[in-house]
Amino acid sequence: MAVKVYGAATSTATVRVLLCLEEMGAEYELVPIDFFTGEHKSPPHLARNPFGQMPAFEDGDLILFESRAISRYVLRKYKSSGPDLLRDGSLEESAMVDVWLEVEAQQYDKAISSIYIETVIKPVFFGGVTDEKVVAESVEKLGKVLDVYEARLSKSKYLAGDFLSFADLSHIPYTQHIIASPHASLFESRLHVKAWWESLASRPAYKKVTAGVPTSK
Amino acid sequence: MGSVTVYGPPISTAVSRVLACLLEKDVDFKLVNVDMAKGQHKSPDYLKLQPFGQVPAFQDEHATLFESRAICRYICDKYADRGNKNLLGRNGAGPAERAQVEQWLEAESQSFNPPSSALVFQLAFAPRMGLPQDPAAVELNQAKLAKVLDVYERRLGESRFLARDEFSLADLAHLPNAHYICSAGKDDMFASRKNVARWWEEISTRLSWKKVVDMYSAPPA
Repeated sequence: MAVKVYGAATSTATVRVLLCLEEMGAEYELVPIDFFTGEHKSPPHLARNPFGQMPAFEDGDLILFESRAISRYVLRKYKSSGPDLLRDGSLEESAMVDVWLEVEAQQYDKAISSIYIETVIKPVFFGGVTDEKVVAESVEKLGKVLDVYEARLSKSKYLAGDFLSFADLSHIPYTQHIIASPHASLFESRLHVKAWWESLASRPAYKKVTAGVPTSK
Repeated sequence: MGSVTVYGPPISTAVSRVLACLLEKDVDFKLVNVDMAKGQHKSPDYLKLQPFGQVPAFQDEHATLFESRAICRYICDKYADRGNKNLLGRNGAGPAERAQVEQWLEAESQSFNPPSSALVFQLAFAPRMGLPQDPAAVELNQAKLAKVLDVYERRLGESRFLARDEFSLADLAHLPNAHYICSAGKDDMFASRKNVARWWEEISTRLSWKKVVDMYSAPPA
């Protein structure tokens, strides 16, 4: 039976889950949740995601929320049919995957999401005005984070080691939008970060999922 | 068993998250203080352990790690047979149970942590550091945290702990920030919600957490 993802291509967290499903060749159905009609706050969706956010996920009786938790579940469920992106079989490798997943969630995400929220979400979804001061601060923060990434990626091909992992893929949803913006220079000016991004963006799963994602370009 | 070293001051919320996990798992460790007032966390030697210059860092004979929630996961995996064996769900219980714990661990990280961290800074650390409090930031983050606690109130009416009927890493992850918020006089946020109050009472009185709080007032090593 196909699993279901309740969300939208415009939701970066939904994209995270879709990337994992595509990488593992899983059969799934994307059930669209309409942000503009407030469907994500409707009782049926709140029953799946009590925080009223996207995505939610359904596998038979199991309902999950939080994209990184859903993604881990997906990567384990379909482990035999795709790449080993969690490295559960190795204590040290899985630890490095977890470290860089937390870095993505705690350091990277906070800086890059602010840029996306101010320059796209606010004006397009809320009819608001971009706060350029917040953008400038976030760009500076992201630059500092990317300096650490540049140093890391000069020592290993991917973030957790010389192997691709979910830690790398988890960066795709927001980065996709920033790469399509004038702030792409943050990535293009750092040699190893640039190569790392190009490697991720060349993957078939990336191309398939992001083809359905509107960017500001 | 190899030697575990944790770097950082115990009063740091992220450091104490790791200490709580080690104590739950009955894993011995050495705690090495990092003097943040003197900028030791930004020293070249420390940056080799933690390239973002934050605490904690963690070392054992196999790995050098950072990010408290990643360290906790490693401790649960590496010491699967020690102490509390069910922090990531029961062994052999299947992927759904683990996924439930992961889900609420992410909820702590994504929904609870941002507003509660901001409140911890404003209410507990700014005064300690002689920095002015920002009443607007307190009000904003209190309102955000209230919404999260409303979700928790409903959830904890269905389940004894967040992920399942037994204490898990998802509950543990909340201990440091919630402790500081309650100690700083905002305990009404927890006490006024019947199920949240019950849950907080249960998790904050665990022996492992009491030992961590004792370390807050111990003289630095």
